[in-house]
Parts: sequence; C-alpha cells; structure tokens
Amino acid sequence: MRLTSSLGRKYVMALSGVLLLGFVVAHLAGNLLVFAGPEALNAYAKKLRLLGPGLWAARLGLLGLAAVHVVTSIQLAIENRRARPQPYAVVRHSASTLAGRTMVLSGLLVLAYLVYHLAHFTWQTAHPAVAHLTDSSGRHDVYRMVVLSFQQPAIVLAYVLGVGLVGLHLSHGIGSSCQTLGVTNERVVEAVRRAGRLIAWALFLGYAAIPAAVLLGVVA
Amino acid sequence: MNLSLVVWRQKGAQTPGRFERYEAKDVSPDLSFLELLDVVNEGLITQGIEPIAFDHDCREGICGSCAMMINGLAHGPQPAVATCQLYLRHFKDGETITIEPWRAKPFPILRDLVVDRSAFDRIIQAGGYVSVNTGEAPEANSIPVPKKDADMAMDAAACIGCGACVAACPNASAMLFVAAKVAHLGRLPQGRVEAKQRVDQMVDAMDREGFGNCTNHYECMDACPKAIHVKAIAFMNREYRFPRRKPGT
Repeated sequence: MRLTSSLGRKYVMALSGVLLLGFVVAHLAGNLLVFAGPEALNAYAKKLRLLGPGLWAARLGLLGLAAVHVVTSIQLAIENRRARPQPYAVVRHSASTLAGRTMVLSGLLVLAYLVYHLAHFTWQTAHPAVAHLTDSSGRHDVYRMVVLSFQQPAIVLAYVLGVGLVGLHLSHGIGSSCQTLGVTNERVVEAVRRAGRLIAWALFLGYAAIPAAVLLGVVA
Repeated sequence: MNLSLVVWRQKGAQTPGRFERYEAKDVSPDLSFLELLDVVNEGLITQGIEPIAFDHDCREGICGSCAMMINGLAHGPQPAVATCQLYLRHFKDGETITIEPWRAKPFPILRDLVVDRSAFDRIIQAGGYVSVNTGEAPEANSIPVPKKDADMAMDAAACIGCGACVAACPNASAMLFVAAKVAHLGRLPQGRVEAKQRVDQMVDAMDREGFGNCTNHYECMDACPKAIHVKAIAFMNREYRFPRRKPGT
C-alpha cells in the first residue's frame, strides 16, 4: 500500500475526514451545554482553556488534519478534471447526489466559514460588541457572547448557512468514508449511505438548534 | 417510429469532432439500438456520406464492444444491458437521441464513437491473471470454496470490460473495472496466492493510465451492463489496505 496512489489518497481523505467528524460531534456536544445554562457553558469553556498544552496539541492536530484533507482533495479534484478533458454534451445522473458532486465546493465554503467562525468566537475580532465579556465570577462569558450574537439575524443566517454546508458535506462524506475504508458490503452499502445522511441531518439540526433557541427566547 | 439522432462525428484522433443530426424515419420499435445505427448508416452510404463508425461484435451482451453514451447514460436508459440489447421500444416516437463516445483521457477517440480502450488491457497485463498453469478442473470437493467467495467471484467475473463504469463516472475513474478483476481473482483459491501483488500492481497501472479517482458516487454500478456491485470496490479497498487471510471473510 502506498499513500500516494489513488487508493492511498482516498484513505487519507477518509481517515482525516472521519477524525474531523469526531471534532464536529465533540464540538456539538460542548455547544449544547448552552441549554444547561450560563454556569455549565462558562465552566466548560474555562476547563478547556485550562488544558493548556493539551488544548494546543488538539488545535494543531485539527489544523494538520484539515490541511491534509483540503490539500489532498484539491489534488484529487484536479486529477479528476484532467481525466475527462472534454465533457459530455448531455449529462444525466442516476446514482450520484448533489452533495456528492459538490464536495469540493461545499468543503471550500466550509473552510471560508470556519475562518469567519474562528474570528467570531475564538479570536473575537469579527464582532467586537460581543467580544471579551466576563461573567460574575470573572470567567470569559461564553454564554452571553453566544446569546448576544444570535440575537442578530445576519449572524444567525451566516451560522445556519455554515452548519448547513457542513451537513451537506457530511451527507456524502460519512457514507463515502465507510466505502473507502472498505467496511461496507452489498447488504449494508445502501443503509450506510442512508445512515450517513441521517447523521449529517442530526448534526445540522443540533447545531442549528442553538440560534433557533436564542431567537425563540428559549435561551436568554 | 421516427427518431432524430444527434451523433458525434470525428474523422480521426487528431481532428476535432462535432455533432451531426440524422433522421431515422419509419423504423421498427423492435430494432436494437445497433440495428438502428445500421439502418441509418445504410441511408448515409446511399447519400454518399461516410457511415457512423461504432464498435460492435457479438451483439448479445457479452463482448463489451458496443460502447456509447446515449442521452447522457452509458449503454442507454435500460439497466443492466449493453447497447446491443437496448431496443427502440424503450424510446418515445419523435424523440431526439444524443449519441456520444466514452469520454475519458485514457480512452482516446479513434473515430466517431470508437475509442481506444487498450488502457484496460494494460491494467490486466499488470496483474489481472493467475500466473501459474492450474491444469484441469480439480475434483469438485478437493478445494472447498466458501459460497460467499464463489458468489462474489462469479458476480465480479461477469465484467466484460466495456468501459461503461469509466464513461459514467463523473471523475472518469476505472475503480469498478479494476475492483471487478481484483474481486474475481482474489476470492478464489487459485488467484488468492498473488492477491497482494495483484492489487498493488493493478492500482499502479490504473493510476499510470490517468484515470480519475473514485469518490463513491456509484454511477458506475448503475451504468454497468452486468450490474456489478460497488461491493467489489469495497473489497478492493480492503485488499489494498491489508489482504485478508482466511477465505469467506
């Protein structure tokens, strides 16, 4: 097995994708603490910050995974384009999905959203009005930052679009990784595809629930 | 029935091609698609026009020659048949049908609808065989083959090497073809011995030819005239990672 062959690079894509999916799931689990109230969310945020070197190891790991995932995908996409220099006059699809055919586009848009998302919540430079808030016990008030942010419709729109693109990307990506890693067979291939779409929807709804709850006044 | 054909015409590998429109008037719905092209060609010959070049041989769905894209679908709209087994009754009277050659860099167009598929031959030469003489068929019970293995090997062995998987793939990937050969030989005891080197060499050969990379769209499975399942690709993915040791797994 060579990691530079077509199959090897598919493995790189699938494995890095699955690990990044792990982050998407863990991040959602943390975010949902917003429903447990300010104390739970701010304490969780503080705990993460206190990890120190551990936090940086995780950040660098994620950055590395994302870099590998993006660079490999662009390389593969260029090769795929070269493999059919002249397109068909009539194009019909029978098995493929829009999500599957737009993986590069949705992936790059997610990347662009991610930069803005970090500028918003991590570096706190995108929206100075909600940046660097502290709660009564002197901790960074993540809860208030989230609530004040999502009271602005433009931020909500960008957020829902961003997590929507993540969902679209994953609706092909999850099932596709299982096939690439060779864990599918005739009996389960369709079920795996459907389960992938279902998980993607669940993640999207989980993330979108947060601004929805703020807009509806459930979280205030 | 009457049909309008929009056909890709290209004199040679180096000359640019273009679409030409031909009318097929009062043809029987019971004609096969290749017979339709025969009828149209006879008309073209009487008009002094060069007939449409297309590959065909057995006309019974086992040789894999009749490669063409019909209205954007490899081998046309019927599932699990080659173009030769596609009949005009599957089309509507008065329909316009666009016919194109397979389009992939490793399949250069030779003329009209005829492409050079020797890239597949080179992939087979890289390892798609059993290199020892296995002699006569052994006594049936002397080498037990688990049913699961026999089934998958037989399903994969149905591949006729037509190239529809490449033609239908949005990435022009040859994964289903290569996977079919890997699964066909690798699941049987005679082919098992060389399984590891076979998958490595065939994947290398596939990459050398300039096919695209599989992104699991599964268009290939729908286009395949032998309905070869993408489970073969999953099997090849496993084989490439670490070949299995025990039969039937």
